[in-house]
Amino acid sequence: MIEEVLGGQTETFHQLIRPYERSVYLMALSMLKNEAEAEEAAQEAFIKAYRNLGRFRSDSRFSTWLIAIVLNEARARLRRKMPALTDSIDDTSDDSPVPAQLTDWREIPSESLERQEVRDIIRRALLTLPLAYREVFILREIEDRNVQETASTLGITAASVKMRLHRARMMLQKQLAPQLKTALPTSRRRFPWF
Amino acid sequence: MVLNCRHVWDYISGYLDNTLDAQTRVDVEEHLAHCEICSAVLDSTRNILILTADDRVFELPVGYSERLHARLTKAMLEEPPPEPESS
Repeated sequence: MIEEVLGGQTETFHQLIRPYERSVYLMALSMLKNEAEAEEAAQEAFIKAYRNLGRFRSDSRFSTWLIAIVLNEARARLRRKMPALTDSIDDTSDDSPVPAQLTDWREIPSESLERQEVRDIIRRALLTLPLAYREVFILREIEDRNVQETASTLGITAASVKMRLHRARMMLQKQLAPQLKTALPTSRRRFPWF
Repeated sequence: MVLNCRHVWDYISGYLDNTLDAQTRVDVEEHLAHCEICSAVLDSTRNILILTADDRVFELPVGYSERLHARLTKAMLEEPPPEPESS
């Protein structure tokens, strides 16, 4: 399809990007935390991808290339809003987050996501992760990229990807486990003889 | 090697991703077998990862796709088609 677009059949670009519409928007949203801005950034990213399609090298995945474009777009927007924005994460420090220590965890079934309240709790927790952890988490857990792809997309080492992912997971566990437990209290066991 | 809870927390991601070496995995499993807190940390982390990856958490705005393709069509009309770049 890429060759068709470059060969002049520009309409094919619509088909080419359809499978990636969600990923690109989600990446923008996870960084910008604002739906309208994320949509604009996603549109801009796809237009840039169209303009620069001739530079795409087939040795990388098209989706990875698109994600890198939207990441740059979102980062540029963040820098315009917050010029002092820096990545102050120290991947070498040993202070991993301490998880929530519960002894009575009961599985939260996926069906609970039908509840708006549960979706809101999870979305809020994801969006409050520090940016450097959020980027890694979204790429690894939601976009299903491997460590190497995540590292090259973000321009960091594989070791940093693993460290940030671990910390992001522990932060989410710490925040979400108690909240979800409260939002979805496990039903009391009923003994028929009482 | 006998691990304490803090060690096990550091290994939770490696355990979930199956990237621990065989001996560490055995050590973690031995600890988990006796530690209710660490078992709950592991189970809740695994559970939370499944929930966060669910498509229902983030929904696309209504009309997003239509607006995107309309904007692309406009951009395509305004500029020449992309060309292959010689490497």
